[in-house]
Amino acid sequence: MRHGYTGIPRWALGIAAVGALFVLLPLAAMAARVDWPHLLPLLSSEASLTALGLSLRTAAASTVLCLLFGVPLALVLARTSFRGQRLLRSFVLLPLVLPPVVGGIALLYTFGRQGLLGRSLEIAGVQIAFSTTAVVLAQTFVALPFLVVSLEGALRSAGSRYEAVAATLGARPGTVLRRVTLPLVLPGLASGAVLSFARSLGEFGATLTFAGSLQGVTRTLPLEIYLQRETDADAAVALSLLLVAVAVIVVGLSYRGPSPAGGDSGPVAGSRTGRTTGRISGVRREAP
Amino acid sequence: MNRLRRAAALLAAGALALGTGACAGPGNGSGGRTLTVFAAASLKAPFTELARDFEAGHPGTTVTLSFAGSADLATQLSQGAPADVFASADAKNMAKVLDAGLVEGTPRNFASNVLALAVPPANPADIASFADLARPGVRVVVCAAQVPCGAAARTVQAAAGVTLKPVSEESSVTDVLGKVTSGEADAGLVYVTDVRSAGSKVKEIPFPESAAAVNRYPIAALKNGREADLADAFTAEVTGDRGQKILAGAGFGKP
Repeated sequence: MRHGYTGIPRWALGIAAVGALFVLLPLAAMAARVDWPHLLPLLSSEASLTALGLSLRTAAASTVLCLLFGVPLALVLARTSFRGQRLLRSFVLLPLVLPPVVGGIALLYTFGRQGLLGRSLEIAGVQIAFSTTAVVLAQTFVALPFLVVSLEGALRSAGSRYEAVAATLGARPGTVLRRVTLPLVLPGLASGAVLSFARSLGEFGATLTFAGSLQGVTRTLPLEIYLQRETDADAAVALSLLLVAVAVIVVGLSYRGPSPAGGDSGPVAGSRTGRTTGRISGVRREAP
Repeated sequence: MNRLRRAAALLAAGALALGTGACAGPGNGSGGRTLTVFAAASLKAPFTELARDFEAGHPGTTVTLSFAGSADLATQLSQGAPADVFASADAKNMAKVLDAGLVEGTPRNFASNVLALAVPPANPADIASFADLARPGVRVVVCAAQVPCGAAARTVQAAAGVTLKPVSEESSVTDVLGKVTSGEADAGLVYVTDVRSAGSKVKEIPFPESAAAVNRYPIAALKNGREADLADAFTAEVTGDRGQKILAGAGFGKP
């Protein structure tokens, strides 16, 4: 973008405007429907506050799980190469394109009472169905790919030259990861985490299918909106606005930082093997 | 560049053709008539059969059925969705459409439905009565109070003097049934017609308290419809002998 050339055909501008309107207009239409004088009472009802609190707590827990599993997954996908890696990547990214309700059904047959693992868990005294844990699992399932995609992209863009330097200087893989790799991809990691949080916050289909809907336990904000819509359209619109506001803040946060993929350090072919082949000549010594 | 432009034009033309094609609707070109019926989700089986009957009795007519929750349908209608007939699962949502000035004539009740207790075929929690649902450790799933089946569940609880502690309050009766058929819940409060349509996947436990909450289904022709006489004929068929027989077969009670 910053390379100076900004000439785009005029027709692209027109179509871009239509595309932007297509997204903005429904949001504006919804904002126009908000019962502004009663917005605060609608938002501060007990059911709304409980749902918001539950949503924030479960989304935070899911983000932690995404980081826990997503960072190693992204490392394996970006820094190693093995047979079946492409297949693994496809499967990890599958929830991105899967309808959430399908994810919910899959989780049900895994962690449900009659499920693959659920039966053993039940015997062990762990009940996942209809619990807040089920909500967190559903959210993690749909949000994990966001973290993996962001982080893998950042890792590939950053290349492995600094890591190779650190390794030749005697740092062990754990140290390299902690002192070089992670600090280097921190912006990508942060934006991945924020996106995962946002996706968790908006999770609906898998939660409804897998976790159920009970105030304070499993009824997150999207489920509350879905239910309020039946009787109180004003409350549903007010809560929707709240979710839009949270989403705008989250997206704003995740795209504010300098993009790690920007500039000219695109994915360098062959740099993955840098650690062993020692392509370190010309690399600045002061690795971050 | 040229090729790209041609591809884009082709794409746009295709999208337009698709869009206008969909707007024209089926049947209009061949001179046939189309009757659009919006019906509550619980009416799916009997209304599908009724529509087939109706088409046979009115050659050249196609009945298009749209099934969804009554509240969803009422919202769609008040937002201008084109339909000739509306069959609601409760009086409340029919009243919404009536208040919006969309109903032609007066709605007529054509069926009733009561709650039933559905348990997995093996009945793992040994449920034998409504009171058993309140036993500790029994996982009961009901509808949320905001939807008709949830309101009925409340009425039944009051009549039975039993307060349930459900593990989930779903927003539709299908979701409740799903939790029972998948074995996640020990019992679920659904409609008697849902138990009937689920067949051997659930077992019904009868309970006398269900008579406390009888849900009545009204049907009405709509003003915005284009086929007024067909709409009247269809409502007459639903409320007539043939329609009542089909509805009774699906487990619905008399209006």
